[in-house]
Amino acid sequence: MDAVIDNLPLFLEGFRNTLGLLLIAGVGASTIGLVVAAMRISPISSFRVFATAYTELVRNTPLTLVLFFCAYLLPLLEFSPGYFQLAAIGLTVYTSPFVAEALRSGVNGVHVGQAEAARSVGLTFGQTLTFVVMPQAIRMVVPPLINVLIALTKNTSVAGAFFVFELFGAARKVTNDRGDAVIPILLAVAAFYLVITIPLGLIAGRIEKKVAVLR
Amino acid sequence: MSSVLYDAPGPKSRARSRLISIVGTIILAGGLLALIVVLGLPKTSANGAVQPGLWDISRWDVFNDLLVWRTLGLGALATLRMAAVAAVFALVIGVLFSFGRLSASAWIRVPTTVLLEFFRGMPVLLMMLFILLVFSTGSFWAGVAALSVYNGAIIGEALRAGINALPRGQREAGLAIGLTPVATRFRIEFPQAFRQMLPIIIAQLVVLLKDTSLSFIVGYNELLRSGLNQLANFFGEQYKFSFFFIVLAIYLAMNLSLSWLARRIAKRTGPQAGSVTKDDSAPPIDPVQADPRILGAQSRSQGA
Repeated sequence: MDAVIDNLPLFLEGFRNTLGLLLIAGVGASTIGLVVAAMRISPISSFRVFATAYTELVRNTPLTLVLFFCAYLLPLLEFSPGYFQLAAIGLTVYTSPFVAEALRSGVNGVHVGQAEAARSVGLTFGQTLTFVVMPQAIRMVVPPLINVLIALTKNTSVAGAFFVFELFGAARKVTNDRGDAVIPILLAVAAFYLVITIPLGLIAGRIEKKVAVLR
Repeated sequence: MSSVLYDAPGPKSRARSRLISIVGTIILAGGLLALIVVLGLPKTSANGAVQPGLWDISRWDVFNDLLVWRTLGLGALATLRMAAVAAVFALVIGVLFSFGRLSASAWIRVPTTVLLEFFRGMPVLLMMLFILLVFSTGSFWAGVAALSVYNGAIIGEALRAGINALPRGQREAGLAIGLTPVATRFRIEFPQAFRQMLPIIIAQLVVLLKDTSLSFIVGYNELLRSGLNQLANFFGEQYKFSFFFIVLAIYLAMNLSLSWLARRIAKRTGPQAGSVTKDDSAPPIDPVQADPRILGAQSRSQGA
C-alpha cells in the first residue's frame, strides 16, 4: 500500500495526461467523425466513397500500428511536435471512424415514417431535419458515443507504450521501481481508469433507458 | 431514408450535384496524389546525406529476400495463433459470464456483475501487464488471458442482451414441458440468443484480432514486433516506411476479410432472422416459402 501512497504524485501526473489525451482526442475525433459521417450520408457520391473507404481502412488498422506510425515514422518526415501531441493525433485519427459510425447509425435509426410524416405535412428538407429527424437521432446517438469515449479512455493506455507518461506509463515505471508491490500498484491504476469509465457507463445506461421509454 | 428527406432532384440540381461530385473527386484525388508525390521526394538529412524517395526501388529491395517474407509470415502466424486461442477462451468465458449474470441467485449474479464491470472498464494493455507481472506467465499467455477475459466480458454482455430480448414465452414453454431451468437456458434460450448476437460476437472477434497487436508491448513476438521492430531495425531506417506499409497491408487483409465474413453472417442471420415473433402483416401461406430464414441455419445447410 505504501508503494501506492509514495508514488501518488506520479499517478496523478499520469492521470492528468490520460485526461488530457482523452479530452484532445475526444474533441478531435468528434470533429473529424462529424465531417466523415456527413460525407457518408451526403448525396454526393465521391464523398460517400471516400468516407466509406476512410472508415473501413482506419477501423481495421490496429491502434498499436497507428500509434507506432505517429511515434516513430512521423518524426522521420520531420514532423515531431512531441510525443504527447503525436499520440493525441494518433488517437484522434483512430477514434474518428468509430464516432462517424455511431453518428450514422443514429441518423439511420430514426424510423423512415418519421421523415415521411414530416414531409407529408409540408415541412421542408431543413425543417424535417431540424425539427423531426435530428432531435431523435441525437438522443439515440448519445449512448453509442459515450461507449466510443469509454473505449477511447481505455485506448489512451496504448500511448503509454509510446513515450507518453500517462497512467499506463506510470504503472510501468512504478512497477519497475517497486517489484515487491505489483498488485496494489496495478489495482490503484485500474481504479484510476475505472473512475473515468464507470461513471461514463452509468450515464450511457441511464440515457439509453430514457430513450427506450420515449420510443 | 435520404431520398425521403427531399423531393426528387430536377435536372438543375442533378447537374449541380454531378458538378460537386466531380470537383470533390478531383480534390480528393489531388490530395492523394500530392501525398504520393511528397512521400516520393528524395530527402536530405541534417548531415547532408540524401535518401531516395519512398517509391525508389532501393527502399523496397529487401522484399526480394525470402527470409524477410518468412519472418513476416511467422509473425502473422503468431498473431493468428494468439487470436484463435484467445477467441476460443473468450467465447467460453462469455457464455459463463452471461449465465452468471442471469442467474436466479443473487450470490452468483452480483459478484459476476461486479467482476464484469471491472473487466470491461479496464484497458486490455493494463490487464496484460498485470497478468505478466503477477502470474509471470510469459507474454503469449499474458496476452491470451487478458484478451479472452476482456472480450469474454463483452461477449457475455451481448449474450445476456440476446437472452433478455427473447420473448418470455420461450422460457415459459421450456419450463412448461418439464425442462429444468438450466436445460431451458441451454437448449432453448441460448441457441436463439447466440444466433441473434452472432454478428456482434464476430465484430468483437475482429476487435480481438486487432488487439493482439497490444501484446507487442508486453514483448510477444507477433506481426507488429517482427515486422516493424526486428526487421525494420535490422535493415535500417530507410526501410521503415516500406515495412510499415507491408505490415499494414497484412493487418488490413486479415481484418477486412474477417469483417466481411461478419457482414455476410449478419445479412444471413440478422437480428430479425433469428427472432421468433415476426410482424405478420400478411400471414404467409407456406412459412418456409414466405421466409426461408424462419427455419434457421439447419434447413439451409440441408438444402445446400
